[in-house]
Amino acid sequence: MQRIGVFVCHCGSNIAATVDVKRVVECARLEPGVVFAEDYQYMCSEAGQTKIADAIKREGLTGVVVCSCSPRMHEATFRKCAEGAGLNPYMLEIANIREQCSWIHKDMETATEKAVVLMRAAVAKVNLNVPLKSGESRVTKRALVIGGGIAGIQTALDIAEAGYEVDIVEKTPSIGGRMAQLDKTFPTLDCSACILTPKMVEAAAHEKIRIFTYSEVEKVTGFVGDFTVDIRKKARSVDIDKCTGCGVCQEKCPSKTAKSEFNRGLSKRSAIYTPFAQAVPNVPVIDREHCIKFKTGKCGVCSKVCPAGAIDYEMRDEIITEKYGAIVAATGFDMISLDKYDEYAYKKSPDVITSLELERIMNAAGPTGGHLERLSDGKPPKNIVFIQCVGSRCADKRGKSYCSKICCMYTAKHAMLIRDKYPDTNVTVFYIDVRTPGKNFDEFYRRAVEEYHVNYIKGQVGKVLPQPDGTLLVQGADIIDGRQVLINADMVVLAAAIEPDPTARKLATMLTASIDTNGFLTEAHPKLRPVESPTAGIFLSGVCQGPKDIPETVSQAGAAAVKVIGLLSKDKLLTNPCTAKADELMCNGCSACANVCPYGAISYEDREVRGIGVREVRRVAVVNGALCQGCGACTVACPSGAMDLFGFSNRQITAEVDAICR
Amino acid sequence: MTKAEKQAELIRDISGVDPYKCMKCGKCTATCPSYAEMDIKPHQFVSFVIRGEIEALTKSRSLEKCLSCFACIERCPRSVEPGRLIDAARQLAARERGGGFLTTEEVPEMCDPDTPSQLLVSAYRRYRR
Repeated sequence: MQRIGVFVCHCGSNIAATVDVKRVVECARLEPGVVFAEDYQYMCSEAGQTKIADAIKREGLTGVVVCSCSPRMHEATFRKCAEGAGLNPYMLEIANIREQCSWIHKDMETATEKAVVLMRAAVAKVNLNVPLKSGESRVTKRALVIGGGIAGIQTALDIAEAGYEVDIVEKTPSIGGRMAQLDKTFPTLDCSACILTPKMVEAAAHEKIRIFTYSEVEKVTGFVGDFTVDIRKKARSVDIDKCTGCGVCQEKCPSKTAKSEFNRGLSKRSAIYTPFAQAVPNVPVIDREHCIKFKTGKCGVCSKVCPAGAIDYEMRDEIITEKYGAIVAATGFDMISLDKYDEYAYKKSPDVITSLELERIMNAAGPTGGHLERLSDGKPPKNIVFIQCVGSRCADKRGKSYCSKICCMYTAKHAMLIRDKYPDTNVTVFYIDVRTPGKNFDEFYRRAVEEYHVNYIKGQVGKVLPQPDGTLLVQGADIIDGRQVLINADMVVLAAAIEPDPTARKLATMLTASIDTNGFLTEAHPKLRPVESPTAGIFLSGVCQGPKDIPETVSQAGAAAVKVIGLLSKDKLLTNPCTAKADELMCNGCSACANVCPYGAISYEDREVRGIGVREVRRVAVVNGALCQGCGACTVACPSGAMDLFGFSNRQITAEVDAICR
Repeated sequence: MTKAEKQAELIRDISGVDPYKCMKCGKCTATCPSYAEMDIKPHQFVSFVIRGEIEALTKSRSLEKCLSCFACIERCPRSVEPGRLIDAARQLAARERGGGFLTTEEVPEMCDPDTPSQLLVSAYRRYRR
């Protein structure tokens, strides 16, 4: 028989205002196995924990039930406390009488009754608890960062600086990501390339960092501390070791019809190309879809002109397999497609552009050499209209429900830069709300209005009509002044919503990391664990987790790096002992458990099974304790009841249900 | 429940519109071809329903001026769709007048240059018995 202590927490008024804690204590004393029960205002405080530890020693407790908040909140806290007092931590259970009771009830009578029942169930469980011991697993001291934008670069640099090896996998031919496409950055207006390219070079030169560009993660197996990852290195057709980056091949390439991805399709590029001049590595790739050699077999100009003999048409995709202790997702974002927004005439007029396209137009290295001009006729625009929230904050099926967060600030930046460089240009911004929380952000926006006289109008644009004279008639609302506004604009810029890069979804499946309804990777806790995925060993950096600007991305990238370093600095990891195990005598090898296991932890072996009247070799399920996360799916799927979960055994759960129904 | 509150609820029922979803972006007003002739603008319809000022709505000139072109319904980013509120206000006004149904025979009589034909088509669809 166990000697159980029950500790009921008031949680200030969180629990005590709705649950009669004294009555829970009284009822607890009547439960079988309970030898001690008391309540306290804050059980998680030092004084509260001391009460538990003292009682364990004084009363010789063999099991503990803490009636408090969700186990997600403080199970680890209390188990550590129990361990400190000499009790096996898995002999302590939580009865959640806050989230699942006091917070959702208003009537004290009902809430108290429920709290008593929850306490009773936990006591019934502890009566059947057995001490469990964590196993150990090793840690591969190397991290993988997926995505080579500013988030991935920063995370990799921070990890490498701590002395650990890092690999960056980037799907495009160069690292740099979205930030490399930007012209200036808010709120300081420093040039994006000037602050990013040194970091790219630093990452490439760092002895602890390896960069796989033009590569994609193909397969991920394993678990925290011991991941095995297949990386597909797409055939570059250029030998990265021989190429000197002289650029002659790109100059001489006769196929110049492909749209430049880097310039958002606003300019053409050669079939052999580096996305931009400052690319890292400065080694081109051959786009086989546009290469004449690959299409017709005749050409080979690049190979002839290459002084280093680096061109290799025979090159094939190569798959390498590497081991990692931790994986960081830093897959970034893209802008949404504007196909469904006919009213803004984005498809109809080349002078209706997205903000990212404007970014390229204003960039000195962009398609217009940094001159602000209309793409239709090359003339400088005199009237520019910016439209905010295109596809953001939408409750309809066309857009996204969230605020894209960065648009208010970059639009203020664009407006200001245009007014500064071309003072005779009128700039109008249609906004729903101007959202500028952040250090020096609102001051920045106010500067656009007060110093640069950008015309901010609260209201949306209903439609943009291309006119025969080449202008764009913008019909909008000014809902503060109560009027409809008509503007003959030369250029319209749409602040399109941002969305997670499409690769994030596929990656999440490979990593068994969860994603939300918008496709953003989910953090383990929105406040307390913002850079960790709920899947152990997977970390999140940058916009793949949610919209954020560069300063926030860099902060988060550093935070993710610290979490990775913390993990890699350990030699061994304690594994969760609450894993599944099959009873060989009952298992009939039907594969039902393996089919539902999300972690691939179940395999089958032919084993000699010995029982009463049984002695035969049979195919039975075997659980890899290191892979098993203890989700319990197999225990439910098993038709013969052979699968059981340590810490949540079928007997324990039945006892809990019995206690509730008593 | 006051009469105004009952009417506001009725308008919400008829239209199926949740006015609280509106974020006051003004896209309906921006998009409306009859804007200039309306006394209560499309985006204001939502506020009138929230405040329960239904009588002002049912007496509004906007009911006649709305073309039922549904541009505001099509483009509303919050799926509030103020055009439906206008339509519901029309129905309410018609019910209050009593016998507010259009027959096929009546339609030609109502065709005059000042009444947009789209309005008649919409009204016929909605109010025929």
